[in-house]
Amino acid sequence: MTVATQTYNDRVVRQFALMTVVWGVVGMLVGTLLAAQLLWPALNFDIPWLTFSRLRPLHTNAVIFAFGGSALFASSYYIVQRTCHVRLFSDRLASFTFWGWQLIILLAAISLPLGLTSSKEYAELEWPIDVLIAIVWVVYGIVFFGTIMQRRIQHIYVANWFFAAYIITIAVLHIVNSAAIPVTWTKSYSLYAGTVDAMVQWWYGHNAVGFFLTAGFLGMMYYFVPKQAGRPVYSYRLSVVHFWALISIYMWAGPHHLHYTSLPDWAQSLGMVFSLMLIAPSWGGMINGIMTLSGAWGKLRTDPILKFLIVSLSFYGMSTFEGPMMSIRTVNALSHYTDWTIGHVHSGALGWVAMVSIGSMYILIPRLYGRKEMFSTKAIDLHFWVMTIGIVLYVAAMWIAGVMQGLMWRATNADGTLTYSFVESLNSTYPFYAIRLLGGVLIMVGMVIMVWNVYRTVAQRAQVVDVAIPPPAAQAA
Amino acid sequence: MTSGWSWFIAIVALANVAGAVWLLLANGRAAAGDVAANKTTHVWDQDLTELNNPLPRWWFWLFILTVIWGLGYLVLYPGLGAWQGTLGWSQAKQHATEVHAARELQAPRYLRFATMSLDQLARDPDAMGEARSLFANGCAGCHGSDARGAPGFPNLTDNDWLYGNAPETLVATIGAGRLGIMPGWQAVLTDAGVDEVIAYLQSLSSTPANPGLVAAGATRYATFCVACHGVDARGNQVLGAPNLADTIWLYGGDTGSLRTSIAVGRQNQMPAHEALLGPDRVRLLAAYVLSLGQAAEGGGSNGPAGGG
Repeated sequence: MTVATQTYNDRVVRQFALMTVVWGVVGMLVGTLLAAQLLWPALNFDIPWLTFSRLRPLHTNAVIFAFGGSALFASSYYIVQRTCHVRLFSDRLASFTFWGWQLIILLAAISLPLGLTSSKEYAELEWPIDVLIAIVWVVYGIVFFGTIMQRRIQHIYVANWFFAAYIITIAVLHIVNSAAIPVTWTKSYSLYAGTVDAMVQWWYGHNAVGFFLTAGFLGMMYYFVPKQAGRPVYSYRLSVVHFWALISIYMWAGPHHLHYTSLPDWAQSLGMVFSLMLIAPSWGGMINGIMTLSGAWGKLRTDPILKFLIVSLSFYGMSTFEGPMMSIRTVNALSHYTDWTIGHVHSGALGWVAMVSIGSMYILIPRLYGRKEMFSTKAIDLHFWVMTIGIVLYVAAMWIAGVMQGLMWRATNADGTLTYSFVESLNSTYPFYAIRLLGGVLIMVGMVIMVWNVYRTVAQRAQVVDVAIPPPAAQAA
Repeated sequence: MTSGWSWFIAIVALANVAGAVWLLLANGRAAAGDVAANKTTHVWDQDLTELNNPLPRWWFWLFILTVIWGLGYLVLYPGLGAWQGTLGWSQAKQHATEVHAARELQAPRYLRFATMSLDQLARDPDAMGEARSLFANGCAGCHGSDARGAPGFPNLTDNDWLYGNAPETLVATIGAGRLGIMPGWQAVLTDAGVDEVIAYLQSLSSTPANPGLVAAGATRYATFCVACHGVDARGNQVLGAPNLADTIWLYGGDTGSLRTSIAVGRQNQMPAHEALLGPDRVRLLAAYVLSLGQAAEGGGSNGPAGGG
């Protein structure tokens, strides 16, 4: 192996990075349509494929697994090469993960509107697609860990710990939760029944949040924040503690989705207690990110990408505090089944996941195309402000709507009857649905700005040259 | 839960907490040989380095605090396997307690209501206030907030009753539910026969779509429909067979809806509510439905078509 002439495999990173933007637009567009349907139900045009029930899983799958997944593939492939100073373990397998993942997304985009669903939230895809996901994911693991094993710096960088945890755990979660008995090519039944099925589903569901949407994106954060700030990571020691605490404690949190159900009390309690103990481990990542930026605050004036990153960390800190609070039995009794949950999910998914992904893509894309920076920094700034305002409108509207719904649903008269009928709570929610739609439209506008900026950046590129792998720096310690 | 599983759950849960606390304490203060806080160590990708700052104190104590809180909760509440918690809380007990408290609150009211007839209840503002809430939450989903129904769901504000509005009948309808079945007659009547019967029915209530078929329809009616809907087509409340001679239609009086009703048939269900609400509330709702009819009589106007 002639190390001197080796280059990084940025081809697969480029592919995933561009698809991140494409799927971001698609997923959020479907989300905006759904927000509009809640306001004007006629917008399903009486076409079964466009009904809320079928588009909702399409939206969640598109933003989590197509947009978020592509961002994670792109950044993990980029970061693992840069921090190991080696090319990806296998170009062929890496390419297989790209085309395999895109095929899965395409199949999801076809099968979900057709109404083919396993009816498990965030795991709706039917069994043949599940099998494909498992194969692609295992190959992803081979590429990632193969690269780690060939690394030229002995110490594994913190971002890679998080990527490693996310890749291993998602494989386990997906395979266990999707285990089903096929009946036909498009229909299967879960291997589990009743309460056990519900528990397995939310063990999967909450750890998808913990390992896909948290650990994976923390990996992204741990590379792009210090890189963009030009500062060392604040505390290695903190990384160690919060990493191990986060991944071990997260595993228990699922039952908080099943408070006051047929799930036994003890399981509910454990879910709640471990969720509360998650505050500090979650915040460890936020502290490490924000303290890394500290000392580079001046750069916020000129660098809108840093604004994306710092705001994403703020939303991360807020939603990882809000989540444990909502897992408390008595709080959950108010918040569960209301739009508060929707607000919480979107403060995490838009505020944290989308913000950190978009910031990272703004760093990554020009580098992948041989440019120093995006075509327009002003457009990044505009995107930042439009999106931030959109998210705040969205989340605040859902918080107010959710708490209001929870209070209306439990309000009782002196005679013991319910004060409000369900439709009255819906009526009161209506204005907040309008505010939410406005927020969604602003977020969409931001994505259109991003598409334009990315197009101009990519179209103006010089010859795309493969980046030669630099030798590892001499170790200081 | 067997004691083996109980121990397994408790030990794994506590071991995880203990491991996290050990990790926290082990890294809580710098040890000899550690890299100094302000020194960087490895370098990745040319300029990526790490400091080794101590854990922020407030964060350290936040972690400890949540652990103490969590362990305390697991002493007080069920969580560690079969351990029931010192407070003796369970969601089943909490539910039972809340239901009991509500019953205590309502018992004296229901004692008073039990002595009243449905007519008296229908005029009692206290009873009707409660009934209105019950209706809004339990009945409005099908019958509408204004009780005027929808296609397939009877209008309760008019004077047309499928099963009658005698007090005991209303109580039976709400408490035990109703199953309404109109068989499909396509095989017997054929297309032409269905058209004829439609024309006849429309002639009873309004201008028939096809007057030439009315006479033939009347003959068919007398053969096949009369048993349930009666000679004069005014229905039969014992069977729940609708009156076909008025302008009120449960599923619609247009030709298309009638064709479906006659050719394919209809199946409809009013769910039983006694197990859900209890007999006291069923009586309140029956009185409320009565009060709706009385209001309609007083106002002299029937609800819009579509119920019945």
